[in-house]
Amino acid sequence: MDFELIAKSFPALMTGAGMTLLLTIISAPLGLALALPLAIARLSKRSWLRRPAHAFIYVFRGTPLLIQLYLVYFGLGQFHDTLKAWGIWWFFRDELYCALFVLVLNTGAYSAEIFRGAIAGVPAGHIEAALAAGMSWFTRLRRIILPSAFRIAWPAYTNEVVFLMQATSLVSLLTVTELFRSAKIIAVRTFDIYSMYITVGLIYLVISYGIILAFGMVEKHLMRHTRQPGGKKSLHQRAFAVLTR
Amino acid sequence: MNLFDFAGYGDEIWRGVMLTLGVGGGALVVAVLFGLLGAAGKLSNHWMTQKLAFLYTTLVRGIPELVLIIVLYYGVPTLVQNLVRLSVPGYRLDFNPVVTAVVVIGLIYGAFMTEVFRGAFLAVPGGQMEAARAFGMSRFKTFWRIHMPQMWRFALPGIGNVWMVLIKATALVSVIGLKDTLYWSGKAGEALHEPFKFLLIAAMIFLGITFVSEQLFRYAESRAQRGVEKVRH
Repeated sequence: MDFELIAKSFPALMTGAGMTLLLTIISAPLGLALALPLAIARLSKRSWLRRPAHAFIYVFRGTPLLIQLYLVYFGLGQFHDTLKAWGIWWFFRDELYCALFVLVLNTGAYSAEIFRGAIAGVPAGHIEAALAAGMSWFTRLRRIILPSAFRIAWPAYTNEVVFLMQATSLVSLLTVTELFRSAKIIAVRTFDIYSMYITVGLIYLVISYGIILAFGMVEKHLMRHTRQPGGKKSLHQRAFAVLTR
Repeated sequence: MNLFDFAGYGDEIWRGVMLTLGVGGGALVVAVLFGLLGAAGKLSNHWMTQKLAFLYTTLVRGIPELVLIIVLYYGVPTLVQNLVRLSVPGYRLDFNPVVTAVVVIGLIYGAFMTEVFRGAFLAVPGGQMEAARAFGMSRFKTFWRIHMPQMWRFALPGIGNVWMVLIKATALVSVIGLKDTLYWSGKAGEALHEPFKFLLIAAMIFLGITFVSEQLFRYAESRAQRGVEKVRH
């Protein structure tokens, strides 16, 4: 381990880590915004809503993210003229937009599956009570189903966001300079693979820990009406337990 | 755009699919082995093996696959080669890239298998082992004849989940230069200026693999459950 090199390249790595965080922070909420309607459609009684949602989720969960990224970034070049005529080529020409586009669709599909399970797990009695109280479909969803579903889904959704953050490393192959690519550039120049990649591995671990910690705080807020799971353990102890599980 | 016209690249893509399945299948076996080792470590009473097993799963789960694959694929053989060169001067140890990829992916997904097997071992009712011990079976015989055979039934759904993630992760070996499905589809698309078509073919091949795997695991699970009474709601 060449600590001098690590110290010297630390600013570049931090810029890369910033990009990794930016990719995660943009695609996670957008993916969630896509996932909720998808999950609701997936559970719908109407087949024209349920089938397309199912197909979308199945295709995005059934194919590798790397192929999805290549398909949009390299593949859409095949339709360059058409996309230009439609006036959307500026979007698919840019590696960062392509990356975000695919990450949102991908995490949307995975999160939809998590929220589908959570919505189906809302106790039937709660929904019956809401019906008996005369709540409309939307009020039921907003006041009864979604709050419960978020509580059920939160631990699994935390995992999904950690995976999403780690998956942003694939975006380096579209030449987006995030954490991994910033290390690769230095490793290729200095031939010091070990120092750079071990440092990067540790930075990824720290970011994973940070995400678990932040999501733990939200979980504490979501579960404030119950006795806290894990008893008197601090948020840090709980996050550490999740990371080293 | 005719999706069924492979323009002469059909045999290369087919070889790529075989490599994908080979690497995936091999890695699954390696992952099961590492998973059993990891679970044994986590469930052991010795603090050293416990700490090692927890370190293994934490590192693998906290670091992206792509980083692990590149570090292990390029790093570990070089490290071993240097050690061999130091201990036996003039001897050069060569690593087969496919075997290295199989071991690396197996090592990564072994960490996820560890969780599967740990849960499965704990799910076997304790009375089973107590009964076996009461019959005078040795600790090893109890493990081999009672604990292990019953564990698989609980592990099967988890193994299926890990397999689904593992087979998709094998697409990453194209990054380290292995000629898999994605590699050949990419090459064909480049050569024929139809990248979308050939990448779509690659995506559909993976979708097919996932679909068939799903059916196989569903069948295997129903077979594994055939001796268990179904609870009627």
